[in-house]
Amino acid sequence: MDSQDKISVRNLNFYYGQVRRVTNVTIDIKANQVIGIIGPSGCGKSTFLRTLNRMNDLILGARVEGMVLLDGEDIYDPEVDVVDVRRRVGMVFQKSNPFPKSIYENVAYGLRIGGVREKDFIAERVEKSLRDAALWEEVKDRLDDNAMRLSGGQQQRLCIARALAIEPEVLLMDEPASALDPTATLKVEELIQELKKKYTIIIVTHNMQQAARISDFTAFFMLGELVEFDETKQMFTKPQKKITEEYITGRFG
Amino acid sequence: MKKSILSQRLGFSLLTACTAAVVGFLAIILWDIVTKGAGSVTWKFLTDAPRDGMTQGGIMPAIVGTFFATTITTVLALPLGCCVAIYLNEYAKDTAITRLIRVTIRNLAGVPSIVYGLFGVVLFVQGLRLGTSILSAGLTLGLLTLPWTITASEEALKTVPASYREGAFALGATKWQAIYTNVLPYAFGGILTGAILGIARAAGETAPILFTGAAFYLPFLPRSVFDQFMALPYHLYILSTQHHQIEKVRPLAYGTALVLLGLVLGMNLIAVIIRYKIRKNTKAV
Repeated sequence: MDSQDKISVRNLNFYYGQVRRVTNVTIDIKANQVIGIIGPSGCGKSTFLRTLNRMNDLILGARVEGMVLLDGEDIYDPEVDVVDVRRRVGMVFQKSNPFPKSIYENVAYGLRIGGVREKDFIAERVEKSLRDAALWEEVKDRLDDNAMRLSGGQQQRLCIARALAIEPEVLLMDEPASALDPTATLKVEELIQELKKKYTIIIVTHNMQQAARISDFTAFFMLGELVEFDETKQMFTKPQKKITEEYITGRFG
Repeated sequence: MKKSILSQRLGFSLLTACTAAVVGFLAIILWDIVTKGAGSVTWKFLTDAPRDGMTQGGIMPAIVGTFFATTITTVLALPLGCCVAIYLNEYAKDTAITRLIRVTIRNLAGVPSIVYGLFGVVLFVQGLRLGTSILSAGLTLGLLTLPWTITASEEALKTVPASYREGAFALGATKWQAIYTNVLPYAFGGILTGAILGIARAAGETAPILFTGAAFYLPFLPRSVFDQFMALPYHLYILSTQHHQIEKVRPLAYGTALVLLGLVLGMNLIAVIIRYKIRKNTKAV
């Protein structure tokens, strides 16, 4: 671990009841990089992602061992406020989940619950977030419309804008394009390339081409273990392990 | 004809007949009450007190009494039921104790209303020394309504997708913030309709108010919540079974029944309208 590392995971184990879902993961993630997490269904990649902003805290009977250091500070330290962690590590879910509020209120939500009251500030931040999420031009004339009226791809970009509005440092994305058509997927992928200038992005994907296209580093998970972690170029051309190669070349999964 | 087709037709006819029977009974009751009661329901009937040993005049005190008692019921049952439901659905862990609490609440809904009435006497009339009053009766009806309000509220909270809560948490909401800003607004319509249906039922109850505050005959309006009161269902009971000139007051009894029926149907209608409006506003398009 060195000072450039945004997130350092140390010997992380995640248990759900008696079952261990994530096994002894150690990984260092540098700032302003896109990290793709790949692996077959049920390999624990989503579970791992959710340990990074303590979303698993919500699951009854879940237990975490090990450390997740965010800028060197363990987010599982009892002194640390989970609300603070989640504001620093934002998340976009697999299934876009806009709230049935107006487009504007969706983006303003994080600010409002964070106690921001200044109207001008909120309006400014809403516009900026929507621009950053490449959605502004499409919705600027109908910010008061219910967000549920947006198309699937727009909804997912709205969720990204909503996450950006509170200016997190890290953005976790759990298969953000899996429910989108190719055009919408392309938009989200382009967006991720833009966003990495400001954010560290960790993205779970079941789509290997997508991981190859958008990520700087790739982590391959299997059966809850981190099998291999390397630069994407290296990983997709000369993987260290045979099983990684087999997965990448589509021999199973 | 093939056997399968025959049994299909038979089953269908049986189901249709059952439905027709239920609708038929309802229609007969409505027809009976409306045709025999409509003549009595005049403006004077609605705004006058009973006179001449309840053989003349109207039912104004009973309408007002039922209205006040029901208001107290609402004030008790709606917030309390809502809070219990939030606790059970959002906070309580799934343990043996919370499961026992849930079963108990559902069973409370099946307790005969006369038991609530007697319990109200012990707790409110005597225990808390509220006397036989609108307050005691309203609170007793409130207890009767609680199981319905709690269950309806819990169901309403369950219909709010988990992703709303999750999305709020991911943006740094505390548990209460998530509930308050992103769950309750979408459950509120369901909570309100459930509560109204429960309260409408309470408005028609006689047994719980029999010993706790309803008066046989009070030709004036209650002045405070500690007064006794006349109530529509109890007045109807007296006019139709306890009066010394039952034949003579029969039209008045039908009129009272019609007003009570209108009141309950009206409340149910309000519940339907609220549900419809809120569905329209929050539905995923």
